[in-house]
Amino acid sequence: MIEFRLPSLGADMDEGTLLEWKVQPGDILSKGQIVAIVDTSKAAVDIESWHEGEVARLLVQPGQLMPVGTVMALLLEPGETAADAERYQPDARLPASADAASAGPMQSGPVMAERRAVSPVARRRAGELGIDLQGVSGSGPNGVVTLQDVERAAGAAAPKDRPDGMRHAIAAAMSRSKREIPHYYLAEPIPMARALDWLAQENAARPVTERLLPAVLLLKAVALALRRYPEFNGTFIDGSFHPASRVNPGVAISLRQGGLIAPALFDADRRHLPELMRDLSDLVKRVRAGSLRSSELSESTITVTQLGDQGVESVFGVIYPPQVALVGFGRVTERPWVEGGKIVVRSVLTASLAADHRVSDGHRGGLFLAALRDLMQQPEALDAAPSGETK
Amino acid sequence: MSRRISYREALREGLREALLNDPRVLLMGEDVGRYGGTYAVSKGLLDEFGPDRIRDTPLSELAFVGAGIGAALGGLRPVVEVMTVNFSLLALDPIVNTAALYHHMSGGQFSVPLVIRMATGAGRQVAAQHSHSFEGWYAHIPGITILAPATVRDARYMLAPALSDPDPVLIFEHAALYNMEAELGDEEPVDIRSARLMRDGSDVALITYGGSLYKTLAAAEQLAMRGISAAVLDLRVLRPLDTGAIVALTRQCRRVVVVDEGWRSGSLAAEVMARIVEHAFYELDAPPARVCSEEVPVPYARHLEEAVLPQPEKIIAAVEALLGVSS
Repeated sequence: MIEFRLPSLGADMDEGTLLEWKVQPGDILSKGQIVAIVDTSKAAVDIESWHEGEVARLLVQPGQLMPVGTVMALLLEPGETAADAERYQPDARLPASADAASAGPMQSGPVMAERRAVSPVARRRAGELGIDLQGVSGSGPNGVVTLQDVERAAGAAAPKDRPDGMRHAIAAAMSRSKREIPHYYLAEPIPMARALDWLAQENAARPVTERLLPAVLLLKAVALALRRYPEFNGTFIDGSFHPASRVNPGVAISLRQGGLIAPALFDADRRHLPELMRDLSDLVKRVRAGSLRSSELSESTITVTQLGDQGVESVFGVIYPPQVALVGFGRVTERPWVEGGKIVVRSVLTASLAADHRVSDGHRGGLFLAALRDLMQQPEALDAAPSGETK
Repeated sequence: MSRRISYREALREGLREALLNDPRVLLMGEDVGRYGGTYAVSKGLLDEFGPDRIRDTPLSELAFVGAGIGAALGGLRPVVEVMTVNFSLLALDPIVNTAALYHHMSGGQFSVPLVIRMATGAGRQVAAQHSHSFEGWYAHIPGITILAPATVRDARYMLAPALSDPDPVLIFEHAALYNMEAELGDEEPVDIRSARLMRDGSDVALITYGGSLYKTLAAAEQLAMRGISAAVLDLRVLRPLDTGAIVALTRQCRRVVVVDEGWRSGSLAAEVMARIVEHAFYELDAPPARVCSEEVPVPYARHLEEAVLPQPEKIIAAVEALLGVSS
């Protein structure tokens, strides 16, 4: 029997509310398939499967709040039958407060008698809205919770819940970062003239909707630099560094209602620029719509933040644990620049690195930033796929 | 131009039109000719169309319904009138065992284009034997179409599509409706497949048919005065049921009361509720409810008869129970 558990999608997630199942008993799961939509404090996230097998039982009801690690569903291993799943007792890691009201039909006998009366349409709607039925008072006959009760509760809860939860989550993750990670910070100015000229030329031939932004060049350059300096790309868990096999920079995207999310751009080092641009636009759109996939939240290997749009010249970030580095970009400014003994005016951007001193030292950090700077001086080379690599 | 006519006159007009348009159409039954029909539906038709086409029959439902099946098989388009639904029990064998099955039993070689009309329902102090509502029974049988015209429009226009149907169609006319009058336009043809929304609403769906339609509409009117918005669906066709309309209205209102003059156990209301639960369970805010006749023979005494049948007050009480409000 395979236990499908609620994964942690980041250091700042310790619980989630099931919004909707995307599978039902009898479905054959493949790896990467979306199993459920779970509301975290940041977004409604599509949870993907990392197992293969037949879905035997769903153990959690929409609307139920569960801690990370809760067994959400049982999958059959080859040779097992539904009857095995019926008999199977998952590890008791269900929340202690998994009460009769929200736990649903998998509870047996006497508990069923105490099951709270919720009309079918109200239960379904509560699931869709991510409303915990425990907190909803029923106005129907004998206190039955009706659709109207759920919608009233949703109206009261919706506007403030997520930002509050997100603030709390960010606070927890950043406190942990500053408590555990010995940060060091480096900065390096990057001349941007070549990159901007190349972009202008490149974009002249492109329709407005397909134009490349400087952000894409920077992301690609970071990704390529990380291939040379892998000690900035990975996670620090249980006292040791685990370099990542892929380069998946998490792109910090701020939300209109406050807070931010840094979902992963997968394999940024292997993508052509137009592809990366499309992925980035798509990611921003989905972040704002609150629709992300679980792998995008759990598999980023470094964070890249750009606060140039906000007008700051440089940014020194706080590492998102368990990652080990964060690259920050400020605004492109025109500065006096010495070149060949003369003072000229150049467009310059400040790149910064915040890195984990348990994993790397300032010397390597400096080399990394220098590599980043040099890569930005050959923008045309950034568009090419890396040579000698298997796709 | 719209005019005001009775349900009885509407039925007569429909029959007259059919007799005029198609020489194969004939009307047969007890007292349909010289007496003009027990409910005076066929009054005057004998004079106009003559004894070959308006035929009085002996008092044997078994014989004349069987004869109607033979006539239909022979190429005619008979309309057989059975005086009331209780007498149709004497013709159950030809209806259920022959008319409904012939198409199947002949391997599709023969169909039976027969229309049988009969009065149904209670409320007129004619005592237990003449107060039955067996249309729900007939709606159990595959191979026949069951119609329950509740409006003057349906009384006027349902006969034409019924006669066009290659298979048997049974039309149940609620006896309390014959004197009802309503405005009718010149041409308002109808189908015999769909239910019709008679009143829109958002809080509760009242699903009914036949003689209960007006009690249900009256209940909806009174509910509206209390701020409860009730939609009313006239099923019209009891077989095949318009499941789509039932489900759509359930989705819209989330609460349903089915009103059916039949007895509760095994009623048509039970079938409607089953479909709601099968197809719209997750749309429901409350268990489906029903108002049916009490499970006793329909009494003769007026006050007892009224107490046994669905009434607007019972419908209102059922709605209030679903909504958790009391008057």
